Amino acid sequence: MRQGLTWFNIGSLFLGFLFLYLPIALLIVYSFNESRLVTVWAGFSTKWYGEMLQNESLLSAGWMTLKVAFTSSCFATVLGTLAGLVMSRFGTFHGRTLFSGMIYAPLVMPDVITGLSLLLMFVAVALDRGFVTITIAHITFSMCYVAVVVQSRLVSFDRSIEEAAMDLGCPPARTFFQITLPIIAPAVVAGWLLSFTLSLDDLVIASFTSGPASTTLPMRIYSQVRLGVTPEINAVCTILVGLVATGVLAASLITRRQEMRREAEERQAAATS
Amino acid sequence: MATPPHSDPADKVALVSGDTANAGALAGLHARLMLFPPYRLTGDVLKRLGFSGRSAVIAIPYVWLLAFFLTPFLIVLKISFAETVVAIPPYTALITFAENGWIAFHATLDNYTFLFDDPLYINSYLSSLKIASIATLITLSVGYPIAYGMVRSPRRWRFALLMLVILPFWTSFLIRVYAWIGILKKEGLLNLALINLGVISEPLTILNTDTAVYIGIVYSYLPFMVLPLYANLEKMDLNLLEAAADLGCRPIKAFWVITIPLSLSGIIAGCFLVFIPAVGEFVIPDLLGGSETLMIGKTLWSEFFYNRDWPLSSAVAVLLLLVLVIPIVLFQRIQERNARAEA
Repeated sequence: MRQGLTWFNIGSLFLGFLFLYLPIALLIVYSFNESRLVTVWAGFSTKWYGEMLQNESLLSAGWMTLKVAFTSSCFATVLGTLAGLVMSRFGTFHGRTLFSGMIYAPLVMPDVITGLSLLLMFVAVALDRGFVTITIAHITFSMCYVAVVVQSRLVSFDRSIEEAAMDLGCPPARTFFQITLPIIAPAVVAGWLLSFTLSLDDLVIASFTSGPASTTLPMRIYSQVRLGVTPEINAVCTILVGLVATGVLAASLITRRQEMRREAEERQAAATS
Repeated sequence: MATPPHSDPADKVALVSGDTANAGALAGLHARLMLFPPYRLTGDVLKRLGFSGRSAVIAIPYVWLLAFFLTPFLIVLKISFAETVVAIPPYTALITFAENGWIAFHATLDNYTFLFDDPLYINSYLSSLKIASIATLITLSVGYPIAYGMVRSPRRWRFALLMLVILPFWTSFLIRVYAWIGILKKEGLLNLALINLGVISEPLTILNTDTAVYIGIVYSYLPFMVLPLYANLEKMDLNLLEAAADLGCRPIKAFWVITIPLSLSGIIAGCFLVFIPAVGEFVIPDLLGGSETLMIGKTLWSEFFYNRDWPLSSAVAVLLLLVLVIPIVLFQRIQERNARAEA
């Protein structure tokens, strides 16, 4: 059979990516539109970006969102890395099924359920809603994503290095910091980034768990979107998309370069030995 | 929690000192703290109770998830049996302590019977399941050719293609749904393009219909379908297809007989990743759907935020969870099996 691409493959890739990218591209293009009418092109202008910077409530919501995203992704990365380690290295223990259930279920759990249940718990323990409650909620679902990313990295690397270190008398904690952590570092970084963007993105859970004084950017965007499409929102969205795209591309290029270098080193080591 | 018989990291860490590594610094701190009786005593007690470094590593994420994932569900379950009252919080307590020392237990099934009496709720559940399953099938038929095309591409392109699929997955869900409003609305870009091309003379009504909801779900969840399919198809042995071709099997038949069955676990994982969250989706039906688009996530939202009926929305959530529990358990099984197969 002939390998390689057929016209059908090329066509489906082209249409697929067109479908994925066209809406975002149009959104970005129309954020530079002079006219307030979203579908009428009236010339290039950056005035909506200026107007966005004047909008106090938008800026304070943005600051809140960044604070929540940064705090929650740091906690989620630590908790998620531990959880990934437990899932892939600790074999069986009492309650393992429940543990893996609690790791995988939040990945697919509808946001409305997670949001409602967390809110009812915060009310039950009389915790004031605001920054803290949103952050706890975000840590809880982000750590599961981190755990899955870290776990898949852990199962794919050569365990004999860890075992060799332990056989030579290296205690488990030190083995983790000196051997395991440097190897899984790309996955940990990816997990942090994933948590950060998940938190940046979340509308439903934040709506349930936030208090009156703590509005996040997605909540602000949502309440304005319900009133209609405005070029100002397009401008905010463009900035968010740009930030995330730059971060993700940079991170993936760095990890890819590291991986290629390590592969080359491994090949070299194999050739010389 | 089980204690491993062989290792006690705390003891061994104490022996290591004067090291540049993090663990070394921790060990030094540990050794110094051991001089203080309270620290030593706490350590001894913990050890006597069967705690070790290993169980601490298990316990930290475990306790967090128990506290903030499992407990909230139990509270939802509890409140779904309560009655609505005008108070803060707006529901009755399940257990009350009377002044004379008696404990009163007060639960009602009213919320559940109400869900079954009012056709709105049953219809919401059914229509969510219908919309989610149709959207999942469409996503599969859109996503499979993309994943297949990626696997057949030259190796040096694959990383770029993979990034192209992952990038929208990182971009805000809300923004991607919002982008479609400008395209689909009556005076939107799609109608504008179609009229200018002479395909239609009157603008189509797409926004605020179920069609828009389908487009929204397929668009938002497409990466969730493509990624597991790609991961699965990439591992496939292309020699099998070659062997089939050598034996006179036509490519179309080889696809159905070999490729599809071999990628079944990817198909199932992708379908669950799309189907389960889509059933409870709120943002897409709210922004793209119309007033007659019934989806249970939207019903729960309005029950909670507009009607402020906490017990009833808890009951809606419990029932939604019951509907989803089988697919969720199946999804967990498949993920565990795939994770083990990789190892």
